This record gives sequence, C-alpha cells and structure tokens, in this order.
Amino acid sequence: MISFLTVLFNGIAYGMLLFIMSVGLSVTMGMMNFVNLAQASFSMLGGYVMVAVTQTFGIPFLLSLPIAFVAVGIVSLVIERLVFRHFYGTDDLTQVLLTIGVVFMSIAIVTYFWGGTYRQFSVPPWLSGQQEVLGFTLERYRVFLVVVGGALAIALVFGLERTRFGAIARACVDNGRVARACGLNTDLVFAITFAIGGGLAGLAGALSANLLGIDPNFPLRYLVYLLIVVSVGGIGTISGTLIAGLMLGVADVAVKYYAPQLGGFVIYVITVAVMLWRPRGLMGRSA
Amino acid sequence: MSSLSEPSVQAPTPGQRYFASVARWGPGEIIFWAALLAVFFIPGANLPLYGQILIWGLFAMSLDLLLGYRGIPSLGHAAFFGIGAYMAGYLGKFGWTEPISGLLLASLAAGLVGWLTGRVIHRVSGIALLMVTLGLNLILYDIVHRQSDFTGGDDGLQGIIIAPVLGLFRFDIYGRTAYLYALASAFALFLVARALVKSPFGLALLGARENPRRMITLGTPIDRDVSTVFAIAAAMAGAAGALLTQTTQFVSPATLSFQRSADVLVILIIGGTGRLYGGFVGAILFLLLREWLAELSPVYWYFWIGLLLIIVVAFFRRGIVPSAETLVQRLRGQ
Repeated sequence: MISFLTVLFNGIAYGMLLFIMSVGLSVTMGMMNFVNLAQASFSMLGGYVMVAVTQTFGIPFLLSLPIAFVAVGIVSLVIERLVFRHFYGTDDLTQVLLTIGVVFMSIAIVTYFWGGTYRQFSVPPWLSGQQEVLGFTLERYRVFLVVVGGALAIALVFGLERTRFGAIARACVDNGRVARACGLNTDLVFAITFAIGGGLAGLAGALSANLLGIDPNFPLRYLVYLLIVVSVGGIGTISGTLIAGLMLGVADVAVKYYAPQLGGFVIYVITVAVMLWRPRGLMGRSA
Repeated sequence: MSSLSEPSVQAPTPGQRYFASVARWGPGEIIFWAALLAVFFIPGANLPLYGQILIWGLFAMSLDLLLGYRGIPSLGHAAFFGIGAYMAGYLGKFGWTEPISGLLLASLAAGLVGWLTGRVIHRVSGIALLMVTLGLNLILYDIVHRQSDFTGGDDGLQGIIIAPVLGLFRFDIYGRTAYLYALASAFALFLVARALVKSPFGLALLGARENPRRMITLGTPIDRDVSTVFAIAAAMAGAAGALLTQTTQFVSPATLSFQRSADVLVILIIGGTGRLYGGFVGAILFLLLREWLAELSPVYWYFWIGLLLIIVVAFFRRGIVPSAETLVQRLRGQ
C-alpha cells in the first residue's frame, strides 16, 4: 500500500520538475513582460539533447545534464537575439501567437530529426530502484529530483538575493526604465537571464525524460501546466513559482492516485479560483 | 426665432448621418458574399471543406466581437462552440430534429453560459483573464471527456438525427444542402453582428476598448458591456458549433478542446481583428493552407503554420484584411 506520505513525496518530486521548467518563464515575464510559450519547447529540446548525448556518444547521465543546460541555453539565447527581442513591448496576445508559432515549428523540426515516437530512456542503475529513507521506501530517481530541485531553488534564491548580478536582475524586474536610466545594460541582463531560464527549462526536460517521457508533442502537453504554475505563483517571483509548482505537482499526483476519475478538473478549478481571487498570483505584488 | 422651436423631422442629426454612412454596403462586401454563393455552383467543388470554412469563419467572427471590438482576449472560446455543438447534438438525438429551431436553442444555451462567464470575468484583465478563460475551457473539456456515459467520451455522440431544412432539403452526402444551410446561417448571423458593431452600442464597445477610463468619465457603464458582448459572442460561437453538429450529424470533445480555442485565435489574428471579415478571410486561408500542406506532408504541416504565424505577427501585425485595406487606400490616394 502506498502511504499518503509517498504520494506527497512523489508530488513534490513532480512539482520540482514543474518549478525548474517554469522558473525561467516567470522571471523573464516579470522582467520584460514577455510571454514566452516556447519555454515548453526548450524543455523538450533539453530532453532530446540528453537522450542524444547519452545514447549516441555514451556520455554518462550526470554529465549529460549540464550539457543539456548549456546547449538549450545557447539555443534560447540565439532565438532571443534573432527573433524575440523585436517583440518586447508588443501586447500579450502578439507574443502568445509568436511563441506558439515557434512551438509549432519546434514540434515539426524535432519530428524531422528524431521521429514522432516516444523516446525510451532508462536512468543509470544507481538511480533506479528503491531506497529506504527514514523508514519510507522511496524511488531513488524521485529522491534525486527533489535533491536537485531543492538545490536549484536555494541556488536561485541565493543568486538573486546575494549576488551582484542578482541585484541587477531584481532592479530590472522592479523597474526596467529606472534601471536603464541608472546606466545598467538591461538588454544584456535580460539576454543572460533569458539564456539561464532557457537552460533551466532544458535541464528540466532532461530530468523529466525518464518520468514524463519525451515526444514531439511534449510542449503542447506541458504548456498549460507552465502557464498555470507561472500565473498562479505570481509572475516574476521565484518563491511563488516554487510554491505553485509544488502545489500543482502534489495536487496532480494526489488526484491521479486517490480520484483518477476527476482528471485535471481539480487543478483547473484551483487555477480559476486563484486567478479570480488574486489576479496577480499567490506571491504577486499588488499594483 | 421660431425656426428653432420647430421639430426638425427631415434633417438627420450628425449622429444619424454617421451611423447611416458606416452602415452602407461597399462593393467589396457584396463581391465577398456573392463569391461565397458562387462557389456552390462550381462543378466538383469540395463543398464539405468550404462548409467547414464558413463555420470556422463564423466562429472566428464571434471571437472578433470580443477581441476586436471590446479588446477582451479569450483563450477558451471553444467552450462556447462546444456547448452549441453538444446542445444541437442532444436535441437531434432526443427527437428535436428541426434544424433551424435547434440552431437557435443551441445558440441561446451558449449565450446564457457566455453571459454568466462575462459576469465572472469582468473584474480581471491581462494574464489572469487569459488564464481564467483557458481554465474554464479546460474544466468543461475535462467534464465532457470524462462523463462518457452521458457524452460518449472520446467516441462522441452517436445517433444524431437532423430533419430536412424547412422540411424540404435533406442533408446529402455531397454537402450541398449543408453548404447552403451554413452559408445562409453564417450570413444571417453576420448581418446581426454587422448591425451590432455599426450601432451606438458597437461604438461604445470600441470606446471601452480604446480608453475604458474615459468611457467611465463620459458616464458610459462599461462593466455591463462585458457580459453583454460576451453573451453575444458566445451565442454566435454556439451557433457555429451547432452548424458543425447539424451538418456532420456528429459531435466529439474535439469541438471544445484547447486546440480549437488556439486555432480560432490564430485564424482571427491572421485575418485581422476589428473588421468582422477578418475571421472569414483567416478561415479561408488557414483551412485551404492546412488542407494543401497536410496533403503535401501530413507530418510537417505544423512547421508551415508556425512559420505563417510568425510572419503574420512580424510583418502584418494587424492581419490580412486591415493591411489590404491600407494598401487599397494608398493606391486610391495616388
């Protein structure tokens, strides 16, 4: 029998994935008001890069994660410089349609190179199987996810709160115009943040390949989840994205386990309720 | 100064002159609808496809009322399309087979839900608005998808019977009746929408879109507009959904999927907002292109749709119809 705590734990592991996937989107939306649905495509790309380097070149799984991070970070930077930066300052809907166009194209491109079927991927033996932790039998891979996600969350909060770049980035989120007037190169700051956010999405995709599966329709399946996490948590907030990611992860796993006939219903109802109650999200600052 | 006190019955006020001038039919409009009728007489025309185009065009026009004229974006417009589609389906399944009254009832049901939605969402804007409309759409889809005992689930509703239109014209397998029925319904609803946007109410919608604060200071209630225009847009989307059910005698959860909400938005943006014709022009381009690309390469047509989307928002940010209008005006001006 699976105990309540195991369900909770699996939900947290899933929530960590959602958090890593969407944190970049949240920060870039807060900074430049840019709605980037292609974040979901970056995740998919990360998954494919990981599968490609481990299966084709025999690179170990742990080493493939930073490779996925860097590769997707570079791709997202290129797309940002070539296409997206011309659309800062346009309305939400234009950005939604532009980036969904990128999502459509990414689906076709990935199908062209890697085929339309599911990619099978199995994690190395030391990560598979189960592990006894404090009297609970947990899957090793989920323990690994929670550890990585937790470390990343701490690193991000620390980086944003305690480093010079973090202070600059926060200044750009709070008031881009004043930051620019103070002599900060907001364009550069945004490009770097965008690349890091894209890279994190790629990392999340690589981490999720084992759990969620990787196929060309991945972006369409998780797009809605990303939007929910970002908007419920509050745009531009790391803590809000973490809370919303964990909430959504736990709710989704709990519903699937205890009341599978409800499907996505509970999550959508929570989303609508939160957005009506707090249109700026749980941790969003009021205007 | 007795002339001042005399009622001036004959001379129209500037306001009346304005509304009379905007309501005049241009040659382009007449050619457009005549061409749609002429399509019917082309031998060997793919009428089922053109019927689909009309239905999508009507659906996109209903979103235009909301987005183009009132400035409310919705990521969940397929919810109303689906409500109309299922309502028409249940009516046909349980014995109410007369199509025109069925269409009106389905439209009414969608309109009622739209009015309620308008009451809920008139407070929120921006991302929250997008998320609420999207969320409501997903909730509805989930319910229909899961309650398969009642809705047939993924298999859709079976056994829908639709009587001949006016008791005379049976729905045939070549889609001849279906095309004319869809064309007549789309045209009738277009006339309603046209009268609406060219009325003082339509002008108030534009005002609320452009500058809500100023409309409030002018003494125009703009909150009530939201639920009214939401109800009208939803009713028209519901009519489009009912048309789809009646002409195909089938309805599935795909009618209210998020995919459909996204597609209708894409169609409207490609065609251009705030013109009523944008939705129809977008639907013609989108469906013909999809048909052609899917034949060319069934796997990769998404690539070209994505590219088209990027090109449209990059270079014709206002869509095809407004861009073409500007071009015509420039040519005339010289």
